[in-house]
Amino acid sequence: MTRAVDAGRRRFLAISLAAGGALLVVPRARADALPPELLGDDLTALGPFIRIERDNRVVIGARGCEVGQGVKTALPMLIAEELDVDWAQVRVVQLPYGYVDTDQGPSNLYGDQSADADGAAAWDQLRGAGATVRWLLREAAAREWKLPIEQLGTEAGHVLAPDGRRLSYGALARSAAAIAPPDAPVALKPDRDFRLVGRPTRDVDLDELVTGRTGFGIDAYAADALVAVVARCPHLDGTLESYDDAETRRVAGVRDVVTIAGPKPGDALGGALAAGVAVLADGSWAALKGRELLKTNWKPGPWAAESSAALAASAHALLDRGEDGVPVRSDGDFAKARTQARRVIEARYELPFLAHAPLEPPGALIELREDRARLVAALQDPDGASELVARLTGLPRHSIAIEMTRAGGSYGRRLKNDFVAEAVQIAKAAGKPVKLMWTREDDLAHDFYRPFGVHAMAAALDRRQRIVGWSHRCAATPRNDRDAELKDDPVYAGCLEPDGFPAGLVANLDKTFFALASGMPRGWWCQPVDTFETFAVQCFLDEIAVATKQDAVELRLDLLGEPRRLPYAGRGRGVVFDTGRLADVLKRCAERIGWGARRNDGHGLGIACDFTPGRYAAHAFEVSVERSNLVIHRAVCVADVGRVVNPLGAEAQLTGALLDAVSAALHLEITLKDGQVRQRNFPDYPLLRLAQAPREVDVEIVDSAEPAGFAEMPAPGAASALANAVYAATTVRVRKLPLMPQLMRML
Amino acid sequence: EHDGDPTMPLLWFLRDVLRLTGTKFGCGIGACGACTVLLDGKAARACTTAMQAAAGHAVTTIEGLAGDALHPVQQAWIDEDVAACGYCQAGQILAAVDLLRRKPKPSDDDIAALPNLCRCGTYPRIRKAILRAAESLQGAKR
Repeated sequence: MTRAVDAGRRRFLAISLAAGGALLVVPRARADALPPELLGDDLTALGPFIRIERDNRVVIGARGCEVGQGVKTALPMLIAEELDVDWAQVRVVQLPYGYVDTDQGPSNLYGDQSADADGAAAWDQLRGAGATVRWLLREAAAREWKLPIEQLGTEAGHVLAPDGRRLSYGALARSAAAIAPPDAPVALKPDRDFRLVGRPTRDVDLDELVTGRTGFGIDAYAADALVAVVARCPHLDGTLESYDDAETRRVAGVRDVVTIAGPKPGDALGGALAAGVAVLADGSWAALKGRELLKTNWKPGPWAAESSAALAASAHALLDRGEDGVPVRSDGDFAKARTQARRVIEARYELPFLAHAPLEPPGALIELREDRARLVAALQDPDGASELVARLTGLPRHSIAIEMTRAGGSYGRRLKNDFVAEAVQIAKAAGKPVKLMWTREDDLAHDFYRPFGVHAMAAALDRRQRIVGWSHRCAATPRNDRDAELKDDPVYAGCLEPDGFPAGLVANLDKTFFALASGMPRGWWCQPVDTFETFAVQCFLDEIAVATKQDAVELRLDLLGEPRRLPYAGRGRGVVFDTGRLADVLKRCAERIGWGARRNDGHGLGIACDFTPGRYAAHAFEVSVERSNLVIHRAVCVADVGRVVNPLGAEAQLTGALLDAVSAALHLEITLKDGQVRQRNFPDYPLLRLAQAPREVDVEIVDSAEPAGFAEMPAPGAASALANAVYAATTVRVRKLPLMPQLMRML
Repeated sequence: EHDGDPTMPLLWFLRDVLRLTGTKFGCGIGACGACTVLLDGKAARACTTAMQAAAGHAVTTIEGLAGDALHPVQQAWIDEDVAACGYCQAGQILAAVDLLRRKPKPSDDDIAALPNLCRCGTYPRIRKAILRAAESLQGAKR
């Protein structure tokens, strides 16, 4: 099938000639505004999508923030594919944030940079960019050779004539730049002609990464910037009463101490997350020492009494009482089904707050000048950062230059810009450029955590043990709390999905949400709703299978039924859930793990499947518990993630997601006491180590042609598959995460 | 030459003074290994190694690991496409170099004993890269 770039996409590009005869392709909106002096070799400042040098080297701009999800490799691959250049010719550079005026105000010139939006939009947009340039180069050659363009092919950066003549793109660049792009959409390659898409391709930054030359956010320095570390109020919504910085100021290298304002209780969390005192110094060590010597008196806020134990108690109380819930979805009549049921099975599952804990803590370098600002940081929402800096400084947005670095992980953390707000506040107060640095303690205590909650599940079974009624009631701290941008979203968004499994598959279904009040900031943790909801659903299915002596895979396949497409409205336009694709990955996964074989070695198998918009996955584990040790013998993931641009990257994503899910499921929780986070550093928040990880993750990626996202993929079903395997090995049913402390208590 | 605070961790000297930023900050308490360097060829945590303790020792950071060619461990890291976000990888590489110095033919358990944290879950590829590097180093000796 030949696909065309629609007119809207085509208009997105403008082509021009750069200094030295290079062909330059940038989004059209910017083309007129390009200052001629920037058309030289200053590529990162210029930020083109594509630049073809006369010696045939190709530079492709990467627009997304690389957080480990592979966009900096995969998205330029799309351009290179359609451009038809040898990948070895290509150098990828990170694009900065660029401004373009739209009806809604300034927006990013290079398109949506959010990780989720990248995939599907990029598929057409970036390929269109490559295809248009390839057309121009062929047209240039056609004019040179006086041949019809239809007769000209391309190969590895050259245009080929039928008689064997060839011209390099570089040699054609100058004349191609003078040609107007065609009015009709440029045809895109049919899938069968792909040479690069689908080819395992290594990360473009590897050479720099293994030699320590990659610049992460924390590696940005400016000659006159002071390093700032902040002592933050440990109480949720607390305030600073007083502080004494006498000893701090005596530390050699400490230059200044300033305060920053925290959020007002109840206000949207659009700025800094906590009140604080910032210590500014010549270097990191002086700043850290200065902070150590700071004496602060904090006043607890309205959440002084909040604790994890109290939260859990109120969640259960809300579910027990069952009143005033927010209806999320209601199909048929669950109450009636329950009354008429032959058997009702019930269980509750509890999930803790989770911190993102990217290995590179948040931070930002900011330089505020009279008439402009420069921000360098690992950001996933540069639009938001630009708006925030403008709001806090009064500078027009076009005067705020933003450079994004590679990020030392995100998992959703860098979708927030609270650290940018802090950096601006400090820089304003100190009147100096600031390199804000967070420590691990800062990071664990001041995050936008994945919600805490309890899921109360009930299934009504008929006399043939079929599920005829399903109730999923969830009491949780809503993710959307205090987020101005999300204030119009329903309160359950991010915790309970109206169309989540098994909605549409059970005749009588009820989903209800109960909001828990909490002072903890909440946010996206990978895909919070999917990881948060799926654990309860997929563990409960396993419990039903055990209780009714049904096969856990068969039970799921029966529910999924005939392949069909069900609406999945809560997650954007056009999202559908294809039951057949989920059944397919589940069957493949069962086969890979050896499901159904009789075992007598004490090992247990567990399985689960899930749909996250754009991807279908099934996970399975083989585990045994030896003394107080959980051994994961095998881990399997079968996924249908849509069209795979880079299989090597996709495999890494799926493996990483599985291990991350194992890490969180086994050990991780953020707990509260007296309105303060208790975990301080990695010893209290023990990420998975090599010794605990399965030796190998058996990943199968199912062929699929549908373009989807490139976000860091979560593995929502993996935690439940692991818990189900633990049950199979031990008959201990863990209904509360993290798993290990529970397992040790119950064994 | 460092004439400042003798208690300053090596990490901050490398990063803030020398601007060798390949050595990363992750936890500040020696728990994650992102700041791993080689001190006289042995893995050490730069965030908990005071300057006075480092004095007189040879420090190798990720920037100094390669000679004319990449170190076989670096090459193996490229061949196996190990990095995800990449932040912990310099520390992982130097920890692997230290392991292969101690155990030229590491067992699965030897590799499993590596304490460096990776938040992205690149462990299976780290395993493969270490085995690949071990083979390459053995081959070079023969």
